[in-house]
Amino acid sequence: MYRILDAQFIAPGIKRFVIDVPRIAKKHQAGQFVILRLHERGERIPITIESSDREKGTIRIVVQAVGKTTYELNALETGGAILDVVGPLGKPSEIEKYGTVAVLGGGVGTALAYPTTAALKKAGNRILTILGGRSRELVLLEKEMREVSDALYVTTDDGSYGEKGLVTDKLRELIGKGEPIQLVLAVGPVPMMKAVADLTREHGIKTIVSLNPIMIDGTGMCGGCRVLVGGKSQFACVDGPEFDAHQVDFGVLMQRNRMYRDAEKESLERFQHACEGDGQNGGKCRSGAENAAPVVIAGGKP
Amino acid sequence: MSPAKEASANPVPMKERIKIPRQGMPEQAAELRVMNFTEVNLGYSMELARQEALRCLECAKPTCVDYCPVGVKVKDFVKLIVAGDYLGAAAKIREDNVLPAITGRVCPQEDHCEGFCLLHKKVDSLGIGYLERFVADYEQKAGAPPAANAAPTGKKVAIVGSGPAGLSAAGDLIQRGHQVHVFEALHEIGGVLVYGIPEFRLPKQVMREQIDTMRKMGVEFETNVVVGKTVSIDELFEEEGYDAVFIATGAGLPVFLNIPGEHLNGVYSANEFLTRINLMHAYEFPRYDEPMVGLRGKHVAVIGGGNTALDAIRSARRLGAERAYVLYRRSETEMPARAEEVKHAKQEGIDFQVLTNPVEFLDDGRGWLRAARCVRMELGEPDASGRRRPIPIAGSEFEVPLSVAIIATGTSANPLVQSTTPGLKTNKRGYIEADSESQRTSRKGVFAGGDIVTGSATVILAMGAGRRAAKAIHEYLNTGAW
Ligand SMILES: Cc1cc2nc3c(=O)[nH]c(=O)nc-3n(C[C@H](O)[C@H](O)[C@H](O)COP(=O)(O)OP(=O)(O)OC[C@H]3O[C@@H](n4cnc5c(N)ncnc54)[C@H](O)[C@@H]3O)c2cc1C
Repeated sequence: MYRILDAQFIAPGIKRFVIDVPRIAKKHQAGQFVILRLHERGERIPITIESSDREKGTIRIVVQAVGKTTYELNALETGGAILDVVGPLGKPSEIEKYGTVAVLGGGVGTALAYPTTAALKKAGNRILTILGGRSRELVLLEKEMREVSDALYVTTDDGSYGEKGLVTDKLRELIGKGEPIQLVLAVGPVPMMKAVADLTREHGIKTIVSLNPIMIDGTGMCGGCRVLVGGKSQFACVDGPEFDAHQVDFGVLMQRNRMYRDAEKESLERFQHACEGDGQNGGKCRSGAENAAPVVIAGGKP
Repeated sequence: MSPAKEASANPVPMKERIKIPRQGMPEQAAELRVMNFTEVNLGYSMELARQEALRCLECAKPTCVDYCPVGVKVKDFVKLIVAGDYLGAAAKIREDNVLPAITGRVCPQEDHCEGFCLLHKKVDSLGIGYLERFVADYEQKAGAPPAANAAPTGKKVAIVGSGPAGLSAAGDLIQRGHQVHVFEALHEIGGVLVYGIPEFRLPKQVMREQIDTMRKMGVEFETNVVVGKTVSIDELFEEEGYDAVFIATGAGLPVFLNIPGEHLNGVYSANEFLTRINLMHAYEFPRYDEPMVGLRGKHVAVIGGGNTALDAIRSARRLGAERAYVLYRRSETEMPARAEEVKHAKQEGIDFQVLTNPVEFLDDGRGWLRAARCVRMELGEPDASGRRRPIPIAGSEFEVPLSVAIIATGTSANPLVQSTTPGLKTNKRGYIEADSESQRTSRKGVFAGGDIVTGSATVILAMGAGRRAAKAIHEYLNTGAW
């Protein structure tokens, strides 16, 4: 069991946790992630580490509720606990002095880009940050990012904050203005990362993306997180999660991420249904699994 | 009485013994068991165990013992069964094997003890595995306390990986009085025995009992630690005060076929498929959160002919697969799986397509697997493995319609420890180099054994390595000599 020392919503459906895991805090480097399992019947999910504090032995993560497990996680409060936390996994980001680096964060992707941006800044790079979100409240970590950026731009799909448009619009504009960008780091939804890759490919700008395939063990043992990079299978958990965006087959990534869509939907609906019913017993929305239908162990029968 | 002339408790005259038929293992009927995940083999009753034990010829030079990788004293424990001393028999096995309930179930006995049983020259060999399982289960039910440990030595040993190699070393080292701490990357202890081998062959309960026994003996387990990532081998020595380390991380990485279409939805590695089922209980979705692709009424194939392949396809069958194929590129004779598993799989309606190899996975147009394009093979000259090399037959290509394909053609070394431990020598395939007797590596105080040294092998070979490592670690801790 790993204790949650603090849990606060930072945007609708997006929560930040501070977790007590001294071993991981001690070893964490920017770009790495943990795998969590909430309880005995839980699935294992990867979550990027936003930051760590070696002295206190804690890590911070930012979680957006999108499926059953992340909804359930975001129902946990300060003082709660997570059954399993393992890491830090994946290769750390390659931190070098490139010159000018453009960082593009889409939605919760900003939290994933933050530690790498901070490390790039520390390494002496000039950082141009572009944060995007569907609307104002989905532009995350603006304050933190501003501290590690030389310039920061905001775009929203609906124009409710910053400029109306997409992060790629802003990037195109900066490139057009002749900004000497040597590296682009893009972290966000797959379509956004793909759009960035398409744009920078035209301009020959090296681009790094952090991929988010379905994962189980996170140590290279299952191969479920394989992605097609440069025509070869790579395991995001041990070879990544960061890859050269121009080599990544985003189509395959999107296709594989859809593999369990129906099951994920069913799982979430059951959970939300169970949550509503839970109102009477204190609204403590636990796993929801208690209310699930009885199991049929195996098939073969009509 | 001198041991040589020790009287046998076996009342059956020598020449009559060969006439007793091998006692069959009671098992769940095939039609029933394809609908559940409970164990196929039900275990011997006391009567069956005695009847089987009476068949032992009590050879003066028992070859069964010679061919056991850990040297289990087969003749002696079988005699104790005949004498009705089951706990004595269990204790006798434990002198050489700390996990008898497991090896009794999954060892390829036909390649070791039973394959070299004298009876086997004329009739069926003695059911050594079945007898081993019987006494191990008996001991468990009786709740016999584990043997006492030697006085504490004050030395600390770290074991990396909790598969059979790690567990066997841990059991031996704790008995010799050392403090033993096992680090495991996953959230459960047991390695392949929990994430790979399914419930119907090795019930989780059996594993839990074995591990509980080890906890009672004083072994400490820490899950969720990926050595090389969470902590390095150097840090274990320098910061955590360990005196020796045993690396037993297994051959964890799945190898893919590198043929077109391997990234399609519905194509799994056997490790992922079995992990979802065994470790994550995906077959109990939605009671458990981990999902898997629905198999009911589907056509499913596994590629490969080892235990992993059969475990995967028999699991698929239990999850409702209507057609379940084994696609294997050599012939049945070369299949590395245990003979009993092949027999059970056939009873369960698994369709063995041997001398068949997939060359491409075909898309249904929406990113999902539709079929495998296969080619028929014939056997040529023996290759490096000594098995006859399969050669594709030109023009023999055909399609097998499939929704799910599971690749079980092998694994490779997990590099996490090697790549973060300076000075640790590996061979060209990435496995750790270790002395075959002492399991010592190129780094002082570091030992390695099991699949991470040999490549994918067997439970009993991994346990043998764990046992040799424990002995060598004990000597090293006593003398400090390297
Ligand atoms: C599906 C399947 C069926 C099989 N059936 C049989 C059978 O019937 N009979 C038989 O004899 N053999 C069988 N085998 C082979 C047998 O299971 C293996 O040879 C044996 O388990 C090897 O033992 P090991 O201890 O070396 O490694 P493993 O059992 O692989 O255990 C290694 C452990 O180390 C952990 N680990 C890895 N890296 C790290 C790290 N960096 N830090 C911490 N922990 C780590 C892993 O998570 C794992 O738990 C089967 C294998 C499979 C996959």
